[in-house]
Parts: sequence; structure tokens; C-alpha cells
Amino acid sequence: MTTGRYLYFPGCKLEPLLPRYDRSVRRIMAALGVELVARELNCCGYPFRDQDPFAAVLAAGRNLALAAREGLALMTPCQCCFGQLKQADDWLRRRKDLRRGVNAVLREEGLVWEAGIGVFDLLQVLGADVGPDKIRDHIRRPLEGLNVAAHYGCHALRPSRVTRFDNPLAPTLLENLVEATGARAIDWPLRLECCGHPLRGKNDRLADKLLLRKIEDAREAGAHVLATACTFCQIQFGRANGQKTGRAGDAPPPQAVLYSQILERAMGLLDTDWGS
Amino acid sequence: MNPAATIVLSALAIGLGGVAWRISRWFTLRIGPEHRERPGVSLVAQALGAVGRSMSSRRLAGLFKSIVWEVLLQGHVFRQDWRRGAVHLALCYGMLYLVIFHALDDFTSTALWGEYAPTLNPWRFVRNLCGLLILAAAAIAVRRRRSAPLLRRTRSSADRLAIALLAAMVLSGIVLESRQITSPAVFDAMVDDYLFDAEPDEIEALRTYWQVELGGAGPIRPRIEADARQYGKELHTGFCAACHDHPRSAFLSYPLAKLWKPLDGIRRGPGSDTALWYVHFITACLGLALLPFTKFFHLVATPVSLLVRSTGSAAASPAELRPVRRALGLDACTHCGVCNQHCAVAIVYRVNANPAILPSEKLAALRHGVSALTLGQSAALAEGSFICTACGRCTAWCPSGIDLQDLWQASRDDLARQGLAPLAGPDPIRKADPPPAPLAPLADEVRPFTLGAPQPPETFWACVQCTICTSVCPVVAVSDNPHLDLDLTPQQIMNMLRLQLRELALDARMVWDCVTCYQCQEHCPQGIRVTDILHELRHESHRRRQAAACASSAADDHCAERMP
Repeated sequence: MTTGRYLYFPGCKLEPLLPRYDRSVRRIMAALGVELVARELNCCGYPFRDQDPFAAVLAAGRNLALAAREGLALMTPCQCCFGQLKQADDWLRRRKDLRRGVNAVLREEGLVWEAGIGVFDLLQVLGADVGPDKIRDHIRRPLEGLNVAAHYGCHALRPSRVTRFDNPLAPTLLENLVEATGARAIDWPLRLECCGHPLRGKNDRLADKLLLRKIEDAREAGAHVLATACTFCQIQFGRANGQKTGRAGDAPPPQAVLYSQILERAMGLLDTDWGS
Repeated sequence: MNPAATIVLSALAIGLGGVAWRISRWFTLRIGPEHRERPGVSLVAQALGAVGRSMSSRRLAGLFKSIVWEVLLQGHVFRQDWRRGAVHLALCYGMLYLVIFHALDDFTSTALWGEYAPTLNPWRFVRNLCGLLILAAAAIAVRRRRSAPLLRRTRSSADRLAIALLAAMVLSGIVLESRQITSPAVFDAMVDDYLFDAEPDEIEALRTYWQVELGGAGPIRPRIEADARQYGKELHTGFCAACHDHPRSAFLSYPLAKLWKPLDGIRRGPGSDTALWYVHFITACLGLALLPFTKFFHLVATPVSLLVRSTGSAAASPAELRPVRRALGLDACTHCGVCNQHCAVAIVYRVNANPAILPSEKLAALRHGVSALTLGQSAALAEGSFICTACGRCTAWCPSGIDLQDLWQASRDDLARQGLAPLAGPDPIRKADPPPAPLAPLADEVRPFTLGAPQPPETFWACVQCTICTSVCPVVAVSDNPHLDLDLTPQQIMNMLRLQLRELALDARMVWDCVTCYQCQEHCPQGIRVTDILHELRHESHRRRQAAACASSAADDHCAERMP
């Protein structure tokens, strides 16, 4: 996967809810020489997978077909979008009836889904296409002394048979990228657990419990910062930013920061606060 | 009072009354959670206050820019597509000219230009030009609606009515003018008025000149002598030419006028021009009277909406005024369909016939507020509202400056107050049901596409009840009492499915509290797609509840299309 040029799939929530994620991804990619092609794409289908699974695969399939028409692989900074695009691609590859149904709709606008369209997560592009060595060359302000708890988004890691993201039981991709910035990637027991966002608005009590459990775990492991690489994970962890958790006298809980912003800061491209 | 005055005054009264009524609705229609008890009158004062504040502040520059660029030059339409901008501008200014300088010429053109006469150039030519622009724009609009699949599927009777009214006004005017050019009755009336003391042979000379040179109709007298025509020309120059140019400058009506000629050769029917005048006049009055009740009301609402938009987003405006902005937004919508073209989930509408998936149709459903909807309509709106990902592209593109994002948020709140929230738990109604009957054959129940479940029980035979799925589940891990909180753990759900007790599995809270992190599926030593199956169970619950909502309102046609 050495292309250096991708069809950029920001996902619906990036611009309205996390414009700084969008900004930082564009900045670091431009600085690292990766070209992001912007086209108007539709929803990945993840939000309505339960309401209408066929429409969800169709929505993902249309994005894949648009990428094929451009002759580009897709790159997304949202791991839920990534998971859905990979899942849909997998289902379309495996199931003839589904493929036929989706292509029948896509053909009305001259599009077609075919196997072999690349779908990559931001971290994969940084880790494999760009590579930690090249990233290290671009570091202007190494983040020495910063303890980072790397948080993996569930839908990128699993189901690993479909996403092919990294070793699902012992991933190293994000830790390597964190270390490339000069920061220290700490080990923490719950690093592969869910952030709880999927239950936000449906069962807030449970969503909060999952969130605090992870934050506490990262704090106890000595993290200053919790690095995320998914729109929804960041929105979820961002809720706890600036709030006091744990007992009196405990170290402050780690601040949730997008990995793209950590890299942006280390590359000397970001002078302001993480959250702005 | 003469009949024409009665008609025009009635039309004016209906039009103005209608506009006042529509504007009053901006202050009474309630969409969204804010200040539901506040009376309309104080809202009007608030709104005027806000307008006043924006006038006096730094926003004035933005407001001015909005007036010039968006309201006058319609830059917001040009932004979509320069061709659409040109078409809309032609339509708008063509119509504006005709209303101001043609319909109201007694008050405007006559006062502005001393020598004005509707049958003189440039006025006659410009009138025809405006007619052409409007007809061409209407034709292009019809073609656009027919050619784009999404627009074709969402065409409404309001769209058709607006185009039909415009076309009727212009066409009736063209037909009237063509008749006036040729009508002997009009000629006679003009002669009576301006050459009342003329000799019969003078009149005949003038008539011959009119028939031969100016397109007049009627049987031409035999033996026209050249000097009689010359005499007719002198009379025309002396008495008529000050108000009548050669009609060929009426490039739409004049060619049409030739079609009248043979008819006049047979029968010199008096009164046809008067009848046609009434047709044109009544059509125009109809347009005026219907303005507040058709899409033409956007002439009032859209400029206001654009100006309000230039002062900032709805979220930034005072809470009391947000419902006013929403109601204004509903009226400012021209149903142009640009939002649908940019909607991130419009693709769903290709396979789900619920129009409420599309922004423009969601807005149309809100016309009278959420509380005015039937159960079935609310369910359809809810489905569309929850599929919406709030990506904000409709708001960014809306040429009428409607803050659609705010409207969707508010209507979701209203739906939630009616008990229509995104599904987050087992169906409470079904919980009370007696134990379900044995399952019908699976193939009959499922849609053509399912991912995992409902699956034949053999799928789960591999399950050895090792409980690994439950052990790795983060939701189970944070639960103090899984059996109380979740009803069933993942491994128990798999067991229920293995035992064909799918109804029990469907009723478990676990299905809805699953975070879909795929830990269970990743770790299952037997390769059972545990998470996919939980997704599948949620889908089945969605499908059943949608079917129940549709069954309660058979009138909604999209239900009939969708349900197997």
C-alpha cells in the first residue's frame, strides 16, 4: 500500500463535531507528502446498520464504487466508518445476492462495486504507507516526558478477519506511532476495550461507566494523555476532559487527545491547546 | 364598481390577508422544546427587538452584503450552479418587471415615462422578452425536475402548480396581445376614440393600410389603390403612430397573430379580445391571490430567511426566537431539492421508499408541526430523522438559508416527547405478550438480505457454552448484576438461539446494551459471529416495530411499498 494518494473519507461527524480533527489530518498529511483527494461522499452506513442492513451496505458500497471510479483507495480518520466500509466490502465479496442487489442500484448512476478497492484507516496510512521512520524525520518538537495511553477503536481492530488492521490481541501500530513522536507509550490493561460511545444517547449510564473505567485505568497506569484515532472515541473521551475523577490526591485523569493532534504538535504544526 | 376593479381588489385582499396569516404562523407554530407557553405577541416584539439589535451592531455589514449578494443578485443560487442561477435570475427579474411596469403600468410606467404606451417600443419588445425569459425558465425547471431521478421522485403538486400559474399568466398575455394586434373590433374601437370625425373612406384607407402593413385582420376590400394606401399611411402617421409601433417587435405575439387571420376572414366575432383580456387579467389576479398559498410565498419568506441567516446560526440566536426561525424556514423552502442532492443518507431512499429520509420531504412533513402528524406519519418522520447523521451538508448548501440542522434537532426533540426516540431497548409492548408461538419458517420472514441471524439453529450447534463471549464482554464487566441489568449474557443469547427461543433472545436488554465492540466475536473459539447476530436481532426488532407502525396506518403509501 504505497500510493501516497487517497480519496479522503472524513465521515459525517467530523466537520460538524470535531473540525480540529479534520484540520489536523489535512495538515499532517500535507506535511508528510500524502495527498488527500476530496469528493462529496455519502454516509458509510454504520449509523443505520440495525435499521436497514441492506441500505447500510449499499451506502458503503457506493463510496467504494466512487473510489474505484477515481482509481483511488479510501482513507478515513474515523474507525467506525473504517469498520463499516471494511465489513461491507467483505460482505459484498462473499455474497453474490448482496453484490447483485447493490450493483443493481449503483448501476442507475453508472457506478459498480468490484472487489479490490483499498480501504485504509488513518493509522494504517501513517504506520505503513508513511512509516514511523519518515514520521520521525518530521518531528520538530519531540514530546519527551509525555506518557501516552494509546486507545484502539474497536471497529478498526475487530473483527480482525474483516478489518485486517493489526494483531487484534496485541496490536502495536498506535504505540509505534506514539513513540515516533518522542512520547512514551505506556502499557495499560484496558487499552483494547470499548470507549462506550455506541451507547451514548441510548444508555448514558452504561456509556459513562465504560468511559470512566477506561479513564481510571489509564490514569492508574500513569498516562498524561489518552490518544484516540476515531471521531466517536474522541467525542466520548472528550466528555471527561477537564473533569475530576478518582479520589482526592490522585493524579489528574489523562486528557483525551486525537493522535493526529499529538503528531501535529510534535511536528511543530500546532501551537495552541490540544482542544482548539 | 366595475367588475375588473372588484376582481383585483378581492385578489389583493386575499393575497395580503394570506401573507399576513402566513407571517403570523411564524410566531405561533411550535417546533422544538423552547418556551412552549410563551404567547405569540411577545415573540413578535422579541423578534423586532432582535432585528433592531442586528441593525445597530457590527452585523450591519453582513446584512448589507446579504441584501446585495443573496437577495438582489441571488448569489446563493449561483453558488449551486451558475446555469441555475441564471435561470432563476431571469425568472425572478422577468416577473418583477412584468408586475411592476406592465401590470401596474398606470402607476409606474406612465408616471416615469411621459410617452409610455404598452404598444410602443421598447416597452412592447421588453414585455415579450420577459415573457420569453419566464417561459424558457419554466421549461428548464420542468426539464430539470424530470431529468434528475431524485427530483422526479419528489415532485409535488405544489411544484406543478407554481409552474402552471407562471406559464398561464405569460401565455394568456401572449395570446391576448396577438389577438389585440389583429382584432378588427379593437381597430374599430380605436377609430371611434381617436378618429371620431373621420370620413368613411378615410377609415377604410386606414383599415387597408392596417391590414396590409400592420397585420390587421378582416376581409381586405378589393381594388386597393396605391394612393389610398398612401393616404392610409399618412393617417396612421398622424393619428396612430405616436402610440403604435410596428407590431413585429412583439416577437412572441406577432407570429401568433397570423394564426388569427383566417378565423377573422370567416367571422368577425366581436368580444373575443375582451374575453381574452379577462382571461389574462383573472389569471394574473389568481397569481396574486394565491401567492401566500403556493410556493410563491418564498418571495416573502426566503429573503427574510437569508437576512436572518446572515446574522448567525439558530443556535446563536435567543432561545425564544428559535421556533420563529424554524417556522420561517419551513416557509422559505422552495422545494428545490439541493439538500437531497448533498444528503449523506439520500442513498437510503433508493431502497427505502420513506420520503422522510430526504431533507426536503422531512421539512415538508413538519409543515404543521410534529403534533399534527398521524401515528404513521410520525413513525415515518422518526425513521427518517434517526437515519439522518446530522452531517450538516443540507444546511451548508440550502439556497434559502434555512438552518436545517437546528430544525432536525428540534423535530427530534418533538418526536421524543411523543415517545418516538431511537430504539434503545426491547419492545415494551411485546414484553407483556404471552410466550410466543413456535416460529414460522424463517425464509418467509426475512428480507432478501440478512447477515447472520435469523439463522438455522445448526449455526449455533458449534457453541459449547464456554462463556468466553460473556467473559470478554465489557458491558457485562461493568454491570453490577448482569442478570438484572442485561436479562441475558451473550452466551445465554446464543444458547436461546440454539434452542430456537428467538423471542426470548429478542427481549433481552443485552441485545440493546451491546456496544458492538466485537470482543465476543473475535474471541469465540468456535467461530460464531456473536456480534453480527446481536446486530441482526436489533434489526429484526426494528423491522417488526416498523411493520406494526405501518399496520396501524395503512394510508401511508410508502409502508405498502416497503413491507413484504
